[in-house]
This record gives sequence, C-alpha cells and structure tokens, in this order.
Amino acid sequence: MAEARDQILEGLRKALKRGALPAEKEAELTARLAAHRPNLIPARATRLDHAGRINLFIEMAEEVQTTVVRVKSNADVPAAIADYLATNNLPSRLVMTPDPTLDDFPWETRPLLEIRRGRAGDGDLIGVTGGFAGIAETGTLMLISGPLTPTRNNFLPDHHICVMRSDQIVASYEEAWGRLRAHTDMPRTVNFITGPSRTGDIEQRLELGAHGPRRLHIVLIEG
Amino acid sequence: MEATSHNFKTNAQKALGDPNLQKALGKMREGFPARRLATIARLPEFEALRDQGKAIKDHTLEHLDYYLETFERNVTARGGHVHWCRTPGEARETVLAICRALEAKMVTKGKTMIAEEIALNEYLEENGITPVETDLGEYIIQLRNEPPSHIIAPAIHLVKEQVAETFRAVHTQLDPNRRLDEARQMCDEARTVLRQKFLAADVGITGANFLIAETGSSIIVTNEGNGDLTQTLTKAHIVLASLEKVVPTLEDASTILRLLARSATGQEFSTYTTVSTGPRRPEDTDGPGEYHVILLDNGRSSMLGTEFQDMLRCIRCSACMNHCPVYATVGGHAYGWVYPGPMGAVLTPQLIGLEEAGHLPNASTFCGRCESVCPMKIPLPKMMRHWREREYDRHASPPRWRVGLAIWAYFARRPALYHHASALASGLLGFWGSARGRFRTLPLASGWTGGRDMPAPEGRTFHALWQERRRNARGPHG
Repeated sequence: MAEARDQILEGLRKALKRGALPAEKEAELTARLAAHRPNLIPARATRLDHAGRINLFIEMAEEVQTTVVRVKSNADVPAAIADYLATNNLPSRLVMTPDPTLDDFPWETRPLLEIRRGRAGDGDLIGVTGGFAGIAETGTLMLISGPLTPTRNNFLPDHHICVMRSDQIVASYEEAWGRLRAHTDMPRTVNFITGPSRTGDIEQRLELGAHGPRRLHIVLIEG
Repeated sequence: MEATSHNFKTNAQKALGDPNLQKALGKMREGFPARRLATIARLPEFEALRDQGKAIKDHTLEHLDYYLETFERNVTARGGHVHWCRTPGEARETVLAICRALEAKMVTKGKTMIAEEIALNEYLEENGITPVETDLGEYIIQLRNEPPSHIIAPAIHLVKEQVAETFRAVHTQLDPNRRLDEARQMCDEARTVLRQKFLAADVGITGANFLIAETGSSIIVTNEGNGDLTQTLTKAHIVLASLEKVVPTLEDASTILRLLARSATGQEFSTYTTVSTGPRRPEDTDGPGEYHVILLDNGRSSMLGTEFQDMLRCIRCSACMNHCPVYATVGGHAYGWVYPGPMGAVLTPQLIGLEEAGHLPNASTFCGRCESVCPMKIPLPKMMRHWREREYDRHASPPRWRVGLAIWAYFARRPALYHHASALASGLLGFWGSARGRFRTLPLASGWTGGRDMPAPEGRTFHALWQERRRNARGPHG
C-alpha cells in the first residue's frame, strides 16, 4: 500500500512537471485551507433581511414537499405536533432524540403523546428531532450527529418532524458552515436535508418515500 | 463488466429497434433538459458559478498531490483510513480485506460508478460476500443482471412493466396476485425488501461526490436516502473514490454543489447531501465503527498534464448525456461499458484503451450541446477530436476511412482543384437526379442513404454562390 501511495504521488508530480511543492507554495495552500473563504454566494437569500429569509426558507421547503408550521413559542410545540398527527390520522406514539433542545417544550400539556427518547428503530413510524440550522437559499435543513442526536432518527421513521427556532435560519450553506465551526469540531455526520426522500428511477416519475421519510414536517418557533 | 464498446455499431443498431428502450428514451429527452433549464433560469449567478467551479477544480488539479496528502492526514487524524490503489485489482482486494476482517457476509451499496468501474459486485460474489444495491435504479438492474445505462438514472432504459416483471420474478416470497401497475407500488415493495437488508448488512459501501481536504470528509448526494442508511447502520463505511474527487474546503464543495443538482436533475438541491468524517465518535450511539476511503487512480494520474486533463473536472452530473442526440437515440448500453454519453466517449478510451473503445469518440455529431451544458465547462468535443487524431495516428481506424480521408485531404489542400471538382460533381449529380429530385442510393454512401434519400443538388455550389455574393457586396463600394 505504501508503495502504491508513493507511486501515485510520484506520478502526479511527474505529470505536473515538478517535484514536491516548495515550502512557500505549501504555506500559501495551507493558508487558503485555513481561511475558509466563501466563493460567490447567490444574492437570492443574502439580499433579504431575517424575516425575508424565513419566508424564503419556507417557500423553498414547501416547493419540495416539506410541510412547515410556524408557532409563537416553545409552549405551542407539543400542540403543533399533536395537530400534525391528528390531521394525518397518525398514532400518537413517537420516538424523539435525547437532544436537550427538545427538553424545553411542555410535553406534559399533551399527555396523550407517547414519547420515547432515544435511537429510532425499524418499527418507529414517527420521529421528532431538533436541527442545527435551516438554509433559506434552498429550504434545506442541516442536522449534525452527536451522542444525543443519532443520525438514524433522520432516516428510519416514515414521518420526520424537525423542531427549530427561527433564529437558526441562515441565508447560505457557507453561513451554516461558519456557525458549525464556531459551535463544534467537525461531527461524524452532517446531513443536509431538502424535502422528504424521493426517487425518479421508474420512468422518471417522482415518488416520495424511497428509503428515508415519506414526509418531512418542520415546526418553526418564532422569536 | 466485460466491455462491448468495440461493438458500438451493432449495439446501436439493436438499440434503435428496441421499442421499450425508445419509449424510455423519449421520456428522458422531455424530462431532464427542460427541468435543468427551468432551474438555472431562477439563478442569475449560474454562469458565474460555473466559472468559479471550474477554477476550483483547476486549482485543485494543479496541486493534487498536496490536497490528497492533506486529505489523507485529516482522515487519519479522525480515526479513518485511506487506501491508495493504482488499479481496479488493488481496489477490489482492499475492499475484500476490510470485509473479511469484519467477517462480513452481506454489504449494502449506495450508488457508486467506481464500483462499476472495478467490477466490485462480481468479485465480492466470487468471494462469498453478497452485495446488495440499494439505489432503486441500481437495485432493479442488479436483479436483472444488467449494467447501468446512465450515470445517475441507471434504469432509465426500462419501462415500468419491465420493472414489475422483474420484481415478480425475484420477490417470490410476496403474494403473486399483488398489484404492481404503478411506480408507487414498486417503490413501496423495494422499500420494504431493502429496509431489511439495511438492518442486516455488515458493511456499507458508497461512492463520493467530493472528498474534502480540509476536514478529511467525503460527501455523497442522493435523493432516496439509501446512501445514508447504508453508511449509518453498518459496522464499517467504505468510500470508493477516484483521485480527482478532492476539493480544498467545504466552501469549495458548496459552490460546486450549487451546480451539481441543477445540472443533473434540474433540482435546486438534491434531497440528501451528506458529509461523513471518520468513524462514529466514542460517545455516539450510531454510525459506522470504521471509516475507509479507497483512493483509486486507474489511469487518472496519467491524464494530468495532457490534453485530457480537463476531463478530471467532471462531477458526473450527466448533463452531457441528457443533452446528447446520440445518447438520446441509442441509450447508454450501446456504449458498451460503465460511462456512456459524451463524458464516456472521452473517459472510456483512457480507462479501457482506444483499441476497445475507439468507436465512442466517433459516435458524435459534434453539435456541441454537451460542452455548452457542462457545469465544469469541459471541452468534450475537442477531446473527442483528440482521440480521433490518436486513433488516426495509430492507424487504428478502418482502411476505407483512411483512403476516403486521404482523397478528401488531397482536394482540400488544393482549393482551385476542390472548387472545380465539386462544381463538376454537383453538376453531374444534379443532371442525373433531375428527374426524381433525389437519390435512393449512391455509391460509397450507403450508410447515409440507408436511412434517407440524398437530395439532388440544384444550381451552383456554395463556393460559387459565396464568391458571387462577395463580388456583389463589393461592387457598389468600389
């Protein structure tokens, strides 16, 4: 393996007609990596104020079959979820990540919700998660893995309900990367999710719910 | 897979006579280009992003050694492993060794063209490991024992009745009287069958749309979520990637991601873009226990610094084949190997040799649509011409072509002679064909007249008309 590595690298340098990079060039490239300089970011979201970005986020999300409901405060979250379940004739049993951001909601106000905190399994129909950011440009959620936010909960349940605060909405992917770097070291998994799972593999006909969730519902808390 | 690119002409003939294929290709012609156009019309910065995407890739290729070493260092720092492989054989053996060490019996796979390139499924099966494709299109063609016919829509050559027939033949555990009339029912069936595979698999294999030097991450883009279940639920995540997939930073990948889905399916953004960095962390409750990246060369390094270097910018979006009149007429299987369409016509001769794939760079009308829609501005027609030149230089083209070209070149280098000869030829053809106005057959032109009539020339040649026009234009001004 070491032999293959050396041979490949040697071949690349030969093709580029040079030896190993000179130290100053290497320093320049290392500085480029550390700078995280964004390239061109489309004006679509950046030209808007925060309220405009939230509206754009919702508009773009709905365009790809995500449903979004806006609520006034933390106190309204359990009712919003109960409404979603009732409207869609779904059972009230759900699996929720141990994410502490979900602790702030008064679940006791909806005693009929049967909530299990933990990792989702195959039989779980409805999953509730938090989220790290929402990207207005394309209506995209950004979720990160961690001890309290297992990745599988974003994929196994048929219905994925994501609860976020509106101050988590950013304009662009680049802005989301900036927030992530400020918040934590690179997690094992970063999921950008834009709508429910889909496929067009049979005659290019769009079908939702290929392998991941059939529905994606966002509860967005104002404030 | 065994290449049949040398049979392109026969393959294409067969494709033209296949009614299911022609029906399926008709849907493709209507679908992808219109959706792409509608999406990029909403993004005024699209052209500027193309220039930046190209610049990012060019910069990376100029310093590919640095970025690959940096990538490797960052993968290792986060507990992952990078395996450098020169050949398909080395890559296959490495994957097998990882699976053996984990005593794997079944692996799930997300869509990866590199796995097709190294014929991984056959190899794993020979060695007692069951590979299960999980992308719906890939799953369907795996059941049918067919290669993909498109790089992002591998089963695009099939109609739903063929899919239903395949599912009935293979899913024998299910009620034989179940209804399978609609795509919806087939999707649900595949979802149920494959969900159990995801839960039971030992190892998950995916491709990579990008490798990020800065963080040692790999990125995959899917719409189904199959790549995520593949890598999240298994003991190990193996990433198959070729060298040129690396980009410097997450910001650089974000720029190219804005081009990828729009160029591919006409989506604003694919449903799932997943960034994977190393194995699960000690406190995590899920994620793969091991993370391996297979870095495959297989001839890429020898494209650097040559007239084919630009091809290494390719992000496998499929826009070139979606807009290609040749692909839209004969489909992907006619190309006879893993990569079809214009990008395949350039890449395939490099990977499996010009002797096998010499027909592919010739299967082009040179209309230029591929280059005009390529988000990375790869000059595909120019590179097909380079292959044709190499083919000619190596005397690999058929003798009849060479003689014909030599005769044409003799006249083309002597303008006066060319002028007289073409005037004579068009005069004679016009005289002979004046009764019918067209020819059913012509000597040496059966390939052309086989499918249509040749109109008889009328009046003078283009040269003569052009000269007269110029004379008239000059006339009044002196």
